[in-house]
Amino acid sequence: MARSVLVVDDEPNIVLSLEFLMRQAGYTVRVARDGEAALKSVEEDPPDLILLDVMMPKRDGFDVCQTVRANPAWKGMRIVLLTAKGRDIEREKGMALGADDYITKPFSTREVVQRVKQYLPPDG
Amino acid sequence: MLSPGIILLAAFGYLCLLFAIAYYGDKRADAGRSLVANPYIYALSIAVYCTAWTFFGSVGRAAANGMDFLTIYLGPTLVFVLCWFILRKIVRISKVNRITSIADFISARYGKTQLLGGLVTVIAVVGIVPYISLQLKAVSSSFNVLIHYPDVTMPGAVSTLPMFQDTALYVALILATFSILFGTRHIDASEHHEGMVAAIAFESVVKLVAFLSVGAFIAFGIHDGFDDLFAKAMAEPEIRRLLTTAPASAFGNWMTLMVLSMAAIVCLPRQWHVTVVENVDENHLDKAVWLFPLYLLLINIFVLPVAVAGLLAFRPEQVDADMYVLVLPMLARQEGVALIAFIGGLSAATGMVIVETVALSTMVCNDLVMPVLLRWRWLRLTERADLSRLLLGIRRGSIVGVVLLSYLYFRLIGESYALVTIGLVSFTAAAQFAPAIIGGIFWKSGNRWGALAGLGAGFLTWGYTLLLPSFVRSGWLDAEILTAGPFGMGVLPPQALFGLTGLDPLTHALFWTMLVNVGAYIGVSLLTHQSALERIQASTFVDVFRRGGAGQRFWRGTATVADLEALLVRFIGAPRARQALADYARQRDLNLGKLNDADADLVQYVERLLAGAIGAASARVMIASVAKGEIMSLDEVMAILDEASQIIEYSRRLEQKSQELEVTSAELRAANERLKELDRMKDDFISTVSHELRTPLTSIRSFGEILFDNPTLDIEQRREFLGIIVKESERLTRLINQILDLAKMEAGRMDWQIAKVELKDVVADALAVTRGLFAERQIRLEVRVPDDLPPIEYDRDRLIQVIVNLLSNAVKFCDAREGFVGLEAAVEGGAMRVTVRDNGPGVSQLDQPRVFERFQQVGNTMTAKPQGTGLGLAICRQIVERFGGRIWVESEPGRGAAFSFLVPIRLVAAAAQ
Repeated sequence: MARSVLVVDDEPNIVLSLEFLMRQAGYTVRVARDGEAALKSVEEDPPDLILLDVMMPKRDGFDVCQTVRANPAWKGMRIVLLTAKGRDIEREKGMALGADDYITKPFSTREVVQRVKQYLPPDG
Repeated sequence: MLSPGIILLAAFGYLCLLFAIAYYGDKRADAGRSLVANPYIYALSIAVYCTAWTFFGSVGRAAANGMDFLTIYLGPTLVFVLCWFILRKIVRISKVNRITSIADFISARYGKTQLLGGLVTVIAVVGIVPYISLQLKAVSSSFNVLIHYPDVTMPGAVSTLPMFQDTALYVALILATFSILFGTRHIDASEHHEGMVAAIAFESVVKLVAFLSVGAFIAFGIHDGFDDLFAKAMAEPEIRRLLTTAPASAFGNWMTLMVLSMAAIVCLPRQWHVTVVENVDENHLDKAVWLFPLYLLLINIFVLPVAVAGLLAFRPEQVDADMYVLVLPMLARQEGVALIAFIGGLSAATGMVIVETVALSTMVCNDLVMPVLLRWRWLRLTERADLSRLLLGIRRGSIVGVVLLSYLYFRLIGESYALVTIGLVSFTAAAQFAPAIIGGIFWKSGNRWGALAGLGAGFLTWGYTLLLPSFVRSGWLDAEILTAGPFGMGVLPPQALFGLTGLDPLTHALFWTMLVNVGAYIGVSLLTHQSALERIQASTFVDVFRRGGAGQRFWRGTATVADLEALLVRFIGAPRARQALADYARQRDLNLGKLNDADADLVQYVERLLAGAIGAASARVMIASVAKGEIMSLDEVMAILDEASQIIEYSRRLEQKSQELEVTSAELRAANERLKELDRMKDDFISTVSHELRTPLTSIRSFGEILFDNPTLDIEQRREFLGIIVKESERLTRLINQILDLAKMEAGRMDWQIAKVELKDVVADALAVTRGLFAERQIRLEVRVPDDLPPIEYDRDRLIQVIVNLLSNAVKFCDAREGFVGLEAAVEGGAMRVTVRDNGPGVSQLDQPRVFERFQQVGNTMTAKPQGTGLGLAICRQIVERFGGRIWVESEPGRGAAFSFLVPIRLVAAAAQ
């Protein structure tokens, strides 16, 4: 069974591009437009990896990350943060909250795919 | 019938009563239940100022000169009411330094100089002896008048009587005895003589009651009250003239008398003694400052009526006006009242003589005799075991000496002068102390040479201008000297120095003595330097309220405890010396028996004890004889004093600075907070801008790379992705433009194109731009803009920008299915209001002010994220406010929002430029 990726961002075009890239890499893809929807989706069907935008309305990416990490049942879930804020402090905060990686926008599509593959071999 | 026997009995009885009171006062003091430790007794004791001169002489002066007797009482009143701070300072200084007399005060202030103390003493004795003799004369005259009762005859010259028949001699001797008994009980002259003070206060009551009784009897018993008395007086041209016209030199004379009496209330040795030395509690001054003037007022009430009654009753040559108080009751055959008058006069005279002799004897002993005796080595005084008995002996001897000297003066000279004139000569002598005292407590640079020069010059001038003429009047000197000056040169006649004429002798003397005194004091002080000790003393005196104690820090020497004890025993006797040292040890928790070397503190303590007994100057000499080492050098003292005053100044300034600093630092903190806030806002802004720029860029890059990496994508997908790239590029461009616009507006660098515009045209243009949006989402638009709107001056493009922004916002937020947007304009007051409303979710009360901030998008809770840059409303606000209007939103959540802005119609030309 194919590994699943949850793409979370409030920018529809960015969601669209990531969805395209992840499908192309062979993952099952689901999407969410804000933090609340993301958590709901995680509860319904925990994905193997979340591509998580930080700045979103309602619950932001840090919040989602923290909530996911607080639940032992989702221990193996990988989280890669995406942010348009390039400051170091954001990266540190994200890593401290338990994210596996941190990618700054605008990103290179190849790099995103490569990073996701690194955490989640498509056919492992 | 008043026989001499009865009069003598009354007088003697009165004096016995005085002794009894003094004895009782001392007993109470010894028992620790002080009779005099209250402000009323203190104020009454100060009333020793009112002597026989007041009792008899005021009436005499009023009969001769009208109202000017009052000046003698106005001066002290002014001092007590207005210059109480001087008195308070003197009292404080004297307490701290255990000052025993006015001579001690001056000598202590100017470096504990024996020479200065001696000079002050000489001046005091020479100046005051006539004043004491005046009291003896008053007693003697009043007695001699009274014994002829009921005949009113003036006695002949006393000098024709054999001395042993003269009552004045016996009175003098009795008073000397009193002074010895109650004024020299202890060797420590700075201690209080409570019995004496009690007796003096009693005498003040007696003379006041006596004078008021006699005055009331004369005014209401002989005459029919004040109205009657003055009505009769006005009928007599001579008296009328006296009461209504002023003598030619009146004002100069008034000033002179006022200044003299102001100086006298402080500088007369007896006033100094009761006010300063006998002061039990500094706070008693607070009540005395009004009680004493009140006393003066009371005792003067009947002066004028009695004088007028006397003038009405007698011809001027018939009776000495000084005796009116006594002879008027005699004329009325009221022997009782006459006796009261006599006792009142006696009481006034005795009070003065007692205090004055005690004060003078302390000065003579401590500042004249002791320094000389201590200097004569062949007396081996410094080796005698107990000097306290010797000291007391000297003091008692000088009391007798002063009294006898006064008696002699009275026998030889007194007859030729009226009471008041003698008194004023003494006042002028005492006034010579004023510059050195006042300067000494307020001016640190006044020094001993200045004080010596001032006092010396003033005293010599006094002797020449006032004393010398009195000798002439007594027939001792050729009268020619008064007119031609010495040696017939004509330059320096004593009462018209350097041709200064037109003043009465007293004003003339006061002018010259004060001129040379103050001139020499200030001049010489400025030209010469102070010694180290003087500098210390000056500082101790002038800054008495700022410094705690005296300057023990300045003493570097050491002495053995045994030496100091021996010294004390010799001067104040063994029991009191032991007691004093025991007190000292107890206060500081020391065991003096084990202590070999005394520290500076103990040396200082012993010196002050000695100063209380023998005066500051002699005490210093004695201490120096047993203590090794010296006080510091002048340079060191100056350094410490300057350092001390600098430290005081510094700490004052520091306090001030630190307060200023606190204020400044609070301001700085606030400014810093604002800066940090601004910084944070700038940071946030940059971060937000960066985020806003990165977002479209991310889409553009992603789809660019996808298209690049996937050349085989079908045409539909390619078109979609390319469309996204184009849209996001447009978004990026719009964003960059808006950021630049906003930055320019905020920095005031926007290039505004102002012209006359019609709102209708502007609205039409804005609608043309947004028509597509409305059509695309099928939103109903309603526009209500009246045709008769006045033209406005505005930047046309910017106005379009505002309206377009508001319209596109409305489109964005209005109801998704049945969208409605309304635009209306109207003139309201002096402005045109443009409103754009929608039927969307509205803006909550909380968010309303925030929507005009940059990047403060208030998200629609239904859709995930509103489209737009988050800068539109911020830009609108910048534009509207630039043209003097304002923009705001009215909304209730769920019921749409209405954004309005105002355009002032008569936009002033100045704002447009």
